[in-house]
Amino acid sequence: MTNSTNAVSVHDLWAGYDGDPALEALTFDLPAGTLVGLAGPNGSGKTTLLKTLLGLLQPWRGQIELFGQPIKSARRKLGYAPQSELVDWDFPATVGDVVMMGRYGRIGLLRRPAAADRDAVRDALAQVALNGLADRQIGELSGGQQRRMLIARALAQEAELLLLDEPLVGLDATSQHDLLTLFETLRDKGKTLLVATHDLSCVAACFDLTLLLNRKLVAFGVPGEIFTPELLNEAYDEHLLLLPTEGGVYVGHHGHG
Amino acid sequence: MVDVWGWFADPLEFEFMQRALLAVVLVGVVSAVVGAFVVVRGMAFIGDALAHSSFAGVAIAFTLGTSIYLGALVAAVLTALGIGFISRRGRLRFDTTIGVLFVGAFALGIAIVSRQENYTIDLFSFVFGQVLGVSWGDLAVMAVMGLVVIALVAVFYKELLFTAYDPIVAAAAGIPTRLMEYGLLILLAVSTVVALQAVGIVLVIAMLVTPSATASLLVRRLHHIIFVGVALSLVSSVIGLYVSYHAGIASGAAIVLVATALFTVALFLAPRRGLLSRWLLDRSRRLERASP
Repeated sequence: MTNSTNAVSVHDLWAGYDGDPALEALTFDLPAGTLVGLAGPNGSGKTTLLKTLLGLLQPWRGQIELFGQPIKSARRKLGYAPQSELVDWDFPATVGDVVMMGRYGRIGLLRRPAAADRDAVRDALAQVALNGLADRQIGELSGGQQRRMLIARALAQEAELLLLDEPLVGLDATSQHDLLTLFETLRDKGKTLLVATHDLSCVAACFDLTLLLNRKLVAFGVPGEIFTPELLNEAYDEHLLLLPTEGGVYVGHHGHG
Repeated sequence: MVDVWGWFADPLEFEFMQRALLAVVLVGVVSAVVGAFVVVRGMAFIGDALAHSSFAGVAIAFTLGTSIYLGALVAAVLTALGIGFISRRGRLRFDTTIGVLFVGAFALGIAIVSRQENYTIDLFSFVFGQVLGVSWGDLAVMAVMGLVVIALVAVFYKELLFTAYDPIVAAAAGIPTRLMEYGLLILLAVSTVVALQAVGIVLVIAMLVTPSATASLLVRRLHHIIFVGVALSLVSSVIGLYVSYHAGIASGAAIVLVATALFTVALFLAPRRGLLSRWLLDRSRRLERASP
């Protein structure tokens, strides 16, 4: 029997594109109800891991269980918010339209949204503090509102496990803080969040657990314990500026490139 | 006084005008329903390719003596499936491959037609459109195809919408996105065939794109674009047909020109998204900044 309190259970997972491996031999368990950071440099396989968990990419080998079930049976418990820059913000739709899309999988073919679905949309918008913006054009949202709308869609789907791809990138400090507070609130309600990010300072400050990825799983554990110079250098191929400070490591970036 | 009633009523004494009116109404509605998806997904070039490719089917069907609609339908649907396939696993750029294939298919059509001795009027009416030549039989075929297209869009609307907006998340949520993508291409193929005889191959794309593009300047939700697009398409089709009758202009061209005129007006005058209101907004922002 698998441990059903694990939201995600991955064993010896390999995946990639066109014969090039993007993920090698990953093994880890994410307990339900935790806020997990997925950190690693660009090209380290963060998005590939999310897509594999979503069932959009077939793994080469290995097992994935979500809440003790294979991906297909757990699909409805799985919510996904893609990178904001990959979303067409010029699409003719309102915030309410997009969040309602989260209900479509549940509504099923040949049926229309009912009152319960509209309630779920309103509730999801309230949870991410976008009440009253249901009729707003998606193109008129601020960066922080955009991220929260994409999360609301996953909540409308009644997802238990939220996979969020780079939700913090490109936001000002206030919006980042609001979003992190939202993550903690959702975690406290029992949701499991796996958040891809390359902002290590956010991960260190707020997340319960961190997966440090560079195609292989470099480290997995409590951020304070695994953010050692050795492991960070291994994950980031020594492209980080690491300064020892009292009781930890200051992480900077060697410019951009 | 201009006799407005007579302008509309008199031509309808001719049965060919009654048929033509029904045909343009049908084409207008079907094109705009599918055209909304064409505009929001940027599929204009695909629509053009499907219309041109269908000419090979028209020519082959004519040579074999079978139904020209059947030929056009088979050719357009095969092209749609081919486009769906190469969009998933092609190695060249998508638009390059489509460009090569559809001109090839169109050339094949011309080559076949050029070998016929009695082609002239009959077949080239498909290139430039000849709505006045539509028979009751043609109308029945167009109506069946058109109603099937509209019914399928209505039934699968939410799946088509989700797939059009965000195919990756839709697939993750269990929506059959591959079926929806191929389905939309086939619906597009069928609607180009419906529009083929009325407006002609080279103008089909305008019926698909122009009214929906105008609508997207005016309203900003997909189902609103469909409804407003249908209304604009109907206005363009009916007025265009009458202009064509009274002024002796080719019908397809007259319809497209009315649609283009409506688009131009919206482009300048649409509230919020029109050029004029954008210019006014920019100016008021500049003045705000300039004043202390």
